[in-house]
Amino acid sequence: MAEQFVGKASEFKDGERQIIRIGEDEIGVFRHAGEFYAYSNFCLHQGGPACEGLTIARVIEPLREDKTSMGLHFHETDMNFVCPWHGYEYDMKTGAHIADPRVKLRKYDVVRKGDEVYVVA
Amino acid sequence: MDLIADRGRRVTVEELNTSKLLAHAAKQVKDRKFDDVLIVDTDAHHYENENFAEILPFMENEVLKQLALAARAKGGRGSVMPSGFGYQDMGGRVTRYPLRASEKTDPGRQRDAQLGDRWMNAMGVDYSCLFPTGMLNIGLHPQKEMEFELCWAYARWVTEKALPDCNGRMYTMLCLPFSDPEGSLRMVETFGNRKGVGGFMITSVREKMQVSDNAYMKVYRAIEERGLAIAFHSGPNWGSNTFQSCNRFLSAHALGFSWFNILHCTNWVVNGMGERFPKLPVLWIEAGLAWIPFLMQRLDHEYMLRPSECPVLKKKPSDYMRDMFYSSQPMEIQDMEALETTFRMINAETQLLYASDYPHWDFDLPSTIYDLPFLTDKARHNILGGTAHKIFKLPPRNEAQKANLIKYGNYVGG
Repeated sequence: MAEQFVGKASEFKDGERQIIRIGEDEIGVFRHAGEFYAYSNFCLHQGGPACEGLTIARVIEPLREDKTSMGLHFHETDMNFVCPWHGYEYDMKTGAHIADPRVKLRKYDVVRKGDEVYVVA
Repeated sequence: MDLIADRGRRVTVEELNTSKLLAHAAKQVKDRKFDDVLIVDTDAHHYENENFAEILPFMENEVLKQLALAARAKGGRGSVMPSGFGYQDMGGRVTRYPLRASEKTDPGRQRDAQLGDRWMNAMGVDYSCLFPTGMLNIGLHPQKEMEFELCWAYARWVTEKALPDCNGRMYTMLCLPFSDPEGSLRMVETFGNRKGVGGFMITSVREKMQVSDNAYMKVYRAIEERGLAIAFHSGPNWGSNTFQSCNRFLSAHALGFSWFNILHCTNWVVNGMGERFPKLPVLWIEAGLAWIPFLMQRLDHEYMLRPSECPVLKKKPSDYMRDMFYSSQPMEIQDMEALETTFRMINAETQLLYASDYPHWDFDLPSTIYDLPFLTDKARHNILGGTAHKIFKLPPRNEAQKANLIKYGNYVGG
């Protein structure tokens, strides 16, 4: 396992992402709510660029005690990233597909050394 | 470019470049040596509404043409084509929808031809059958005269302007104005022998269509006599009475595509159209595959109880269904054993045709077929292009493809 330089944390704004290419491998590195997350950029559906699409809050449908729906809402904190090919939607913190957590992108460790950000691949 | 996410938050993504977007598909082409396999995409699309400025002047009737052109003039007061409800782009999650206009092309060549080159090359597709998008709702137009005019104008534009710019990589099955049998026949007689026309297509989204009506027999015969194929291209209609109880796009989409092909395939089979036109290749497009085993079992069951209602039939409905062809997309790869059973039931090795449906949101890559663990090499090659080569007479594009067509018994020349 080697550490691959991603960039300087001070230049990596919250909400941004970078795609790191190591040979034929690609890793998407996100900065969300101050934390860094890194995943394989190959979607588990048909191999699309899983980390290169929209980031969007999780959609929820709260139910009242009487089981009536309160309608569709964006979650206050949970964030997803979406493969732009077909819309496969993954949880930012785990890389798991939001409908089936068994479908999970490979996750990479991200380490900071001072202002420098590295992904371990 | 920025896309709008939750609560108006803006997310910056690269502007659209189809070759870049599909770079991972190109890697699959290389890894799987797709250049050696003739791959025919039997269902691909463009957005013909982007070309209405060129298409509408081909309308014949001057009054209807003036109505259509005026409706599309700046500050237009109406729409030309029936449109459906829906959120194909999932709120921008499928980025090629909102970013489509940002993609740069050379003004000297049809934009659709250039975009076609990009995605076909990325996927390893050699030929694509080009279908319109909005026109899939033409069967909902209340005026059969306008339906004919729009189909006619599109057919002229696509055969005279679009296909000639595609370097032979795209062909089409022209959309028939099926509310007008005489007009449909005129279309077959006029365009049936044009270069790039592999057959004719009937849009399945029609609430009142009886495909076995006597009025259509001359249309089918004319297509069969020319050695062409006929296709039923399905779609959803969220606005129909049947689907208005669906409160999610997913529901109306999942059911609608299957339903309209189930409906018309049932009428086709039960009325013995396979007996009447045994040499006419019939394709059922974009309804996935899971509906076919259901319908085979359902119709066979009822046929055994009520054969007196179908005296034209000489074998079971499922046998006629196995004589027809099915496009693969959107293939339900959820339960591999169920999918394998489906392939067995439809004789996929000879009756299934790969389709991408690109650029629509649920497109399938050739690898969806190639990677299936239960297929023989012959089945892979047949489904990806060998069978379509036989139906549409599309020549191999290199010697390796030709050798594979010969190896698997599909080569018919070219």
